Amino acid sequence: MELQAVLMAAGGGSRMMDLTYNTPKPLLPVGNKPLIWYPLNLLERAGFEEVMVITTKEVQKALSTEQRLKLDVKMKLDVVCIPEEADMGTADALRHIQQKIKTDILVVSCDLITDVALHEVVDLFRAHNATLSMLMSKVHEFTETVPGQKGKKKTGEQRDFVGVDSTGKRLLFMANEADLEDGLVIRKSIMRKHPKMHIKTGLLDAHLYCLKRSVVDFLVDNKSISSLRGELVPYLVRKQFTKALGSQRDDEHTDQNLKRKDANASLEILSSSKDEALLQLACERSCWNDHRGDMSEAYHGGQLRCYAHIMEDGTCYRVNTLAAYVEANRVAPKLFEEPPVHPSAVISERSLVGGDSIIGAFCQIADKTSIKRSTIGTSTTVKEKVKVTNSIIMNGITIEEGCNIQGSVICNNAVIGRGADLKYCLVGSGQRIEAEAERTNEVIVGSDQLMEI
Amino acid sequence: SKTLFFISFEPFRGGLDCATVEPLFYCSVSSDLEEKRIPLPSNSQSLQSCTVTVFILFLQIPLRSDYGYKVSLFSHLHQYSRKAPLTQQISIPATVIHPSIVRLGLQYSQGIVAGSNARSVALLHAFKQVIQDYSTPPNEELPRDLVNKLKPYISFLNQCRPLSASMGNAIKYIKKEISNIPSQCKEEEAKKKLLLCIDNYVNEKITLAAKAISKCAIDKISDGDVILVYGCSSLVNHILCEAFEKQRKFRVIVVDSRPRLEGREALRRLVKRGIRCTYVLISAVSYILPEVSKVFLGAHALLANGYVMSRVGTSQIALVAKAYNVPVLVCCETYKFCERVQTDSFVSNELDDPDDLIVTREGKTQLADWQSVKSLGLLNLVYDVTPPDFVDLVITELGMIPCTSVPVVLRVKNVDQ
Repeated sequence: MELQAVLMAAGGGSRMMDLTYNTPKPLLPVGNKPLIWYPLNLLERAGFEEVMVITTKEVQKALSTEQRLKLDVKMKLDVVCIPEEADMGTADALRHIQQKIKTDILVVSCDLITDVALHEVVDLFRAHNATLSMLMSKVHEFTETVPGQKGKKKTGEQRDFVGVDSTGKRLLFMANEADLEDGLVIRKSIMRKHPKMHIKTGLLDAHLYCLKRSVVDFLVDNKSISSLRGELVPYLVRKQFTKALGSQRDDEHTDQNLKRKDANASLEILSSSKDEALLQLACERSCWNDHRGDMSEAYHGGQLRCYAHIMEDGTCYRVNTLAAYVEANRVAPKLFEEPPVHPSAVISERSLVGGDSIIGAFCQIADKTSIKRSTIGTSTTVKEKVKVTNSIIMNGITIEEGCNIQGSVICNNAVIGRGADLKYCLVGSGQRIEAEAERTNEVIVGSDQLMEI
Repeated sequence: SKTLFFISFEPFRGGLDCATVEPLFYCSVSSDLEEKRIPLPSNSQSLQSCTVTVFILFLQIPLRSDYGYKVSLFSHLHQYSRKAPLTQQISIPATVIHPSIVRLGLQYSQGIVAGSNARSVALLHAFKQVIQDYSTPPNEELPRDLVNKLKPYISFLNQCRPLSASMGNAIKYIKKEISNIPSQCKEEEAKKKLLLCIDNYVNEKITLAAKAISKCAIDKISDGDVILVYGCSSLVNHILCEAFEKQRKFRVIVVDSRPRLEGREALRRLVKRGIRCTYVLISAVSYILPEVSKVFLGAHALLANGYVMSRVGTSQIALVAKAYNVPVLVCCETYKFCERVQTDSFVSNELDDPDDLIVTREGKTQLADWQSVKSLGLLNLVYDVTPPDFVDLVITELGMIPCTSVPVVLRVKNVDQ
């Protein structure tokens, strides 16, 4: 078997607590499908037959019991629970399932919505025998107004500085703005080997990684690494250019050296012990080099290689903030070919449902309503004379007559009272908006869910 | 996906001749196997009533589609684009085709493994992985089943990049070794034996052959020689490095050509050893040739009529060298000898990606939309054939032979086997 897929669905959605305090992030509806459906669909279209899903008990229960969340995937899902109290990072989660990992792995995050051709990422991994291959995309500017946003838009998260070589495929440098205090420091050894480096800041890390099996074994030995994105990836990118400690010494004792605790050497040795004599011979005899102009052989003789595929066009979103969530709801319907109006929805003839709106199953849309550019979830009741524009209405919601909802996000099981006027609001789960309320640019959540500072 | 029909005949049991007939073709790659029994009309007496069992088999190897306009003389050959790899049509993770074969195919099509020897060695390495991961299904025999398993892999590799003559010979050897495994041999033993065979083959035909050829060739290099080499031939580079170790005093002129520019890699390897080198493009070969005392060329294959098939441009070098009366020596291992006969470079060749010919200088690409110009065709040939009149000597591990002795070597090899 070549690759095993691992889907990380245990994240808390810490940057959009208003949405996720009641619904776990993997189950948030985007275009009326749970968020976890999108990476699963991506893997299924690529041809995977089995996926290991790492998630919390809550999500596992929801996936197996609730009918509404019928996922529609034909793959075999192996759901592994991690205890919520443990506060595990993504690398810790990989360590947890280390026994099940028998080959190289493809790690995907549950909040990734993309239509990338997966073979581009995996081909880099295969062809160059890389240790890490990841997907990145140009950051799209969010055009939709975000409900509940007060004042000017924040500058956003701190940028990532990504350095690639002149072909645009090999990763040379990766650091987050937060870690760079005085300035960007680049080692001389990198500049000597790759004199031409492009440093990009407008890239989004899609959190899709192909990792070699030896990296998982390395993680088991090094328990201090707890996050893939934050710690392991920058470590691997840096390690490409450090001097090989172990390889100069006896190559015959590679098996004994596997037990060594030395973190530096073990990764090199684990990845080079697989190289057989024939492969070496083929590399020597091949007249190919990945760079030119200096005297060194292909890849500068380095065993560790990190590659990135940067998507120029196409959709790629990571739904980890409210703005991204709203944007994704706009874009996601283009990714699947189901009809926008579910056949079981009851829509009265005198209502106006725009072509770019999505109506979920078992909805009831009454007369004289107007629904434009919106997403209505399952089992939602919309009474007469309601105007819904540019909004996301989740499941099980009741909207009484005469409401006007614009640019808002209404979470599960909320009730919007008669005549309410909501502009750019975020209504939390199970909330009731009293009749004739007029709210603009507010986040309405229960008192027990107010932000902990 | 291709559909193959395998027909087997079973004589009716009540017939006169009840010899059981082995099915003509027997294939056990049984992912989609449909069996249909169709009674034949009995129109002859001996064939009383046979039931014809038709196995319809679906081979799931995708076909790569041709790219761009093909020059009419070469329109019978395939022309693929490097930007459309075959892997976009197979599933990730690869299940129908073994992962190391997929990796190898990718490396071939992207040019990461290039050069006749490198490709053969990489192929044998991948076959070793396949054999290690292989397990005989029940009711099957290892010899037959393993050979049948290799067939779709070979056709996949052929789609990624047409097989070279050396690869073809290696495959023939492996298939013969697999078929020769006695049927009572246990699976573990058989696998070990096959892996050992592969290692021996590489050792004998490539490593030791290179040593033997270097020994012969070094005798031909005298002090003060100026040697001309073309492109990057692993064998010629090996010879020159060995000669330098043995303290011969010579200098090398590396001739290179677009679009591959492989000579740069040869230049790097020679200069790294400390050999004095000069680098020219093929357009300057008639300028530089008066300085040259010998020409060493590598070969992709040696054909049965004595023609040398090598990188495109080799025949030109040989021609100009002949005009200047400079001896041309071709170095080639015997496993690259091929039973094909060719007198021109049109009949059988390889077309590489035409976009490689496009050059971007200072951000401007003149031929960026060459496909829209109806009267323009880009041709990127890979191989050409050199007639034996231009080649003075062929150095093989069996000794130094003239070009016309190639069929003799082939005959002797066949007798041995």
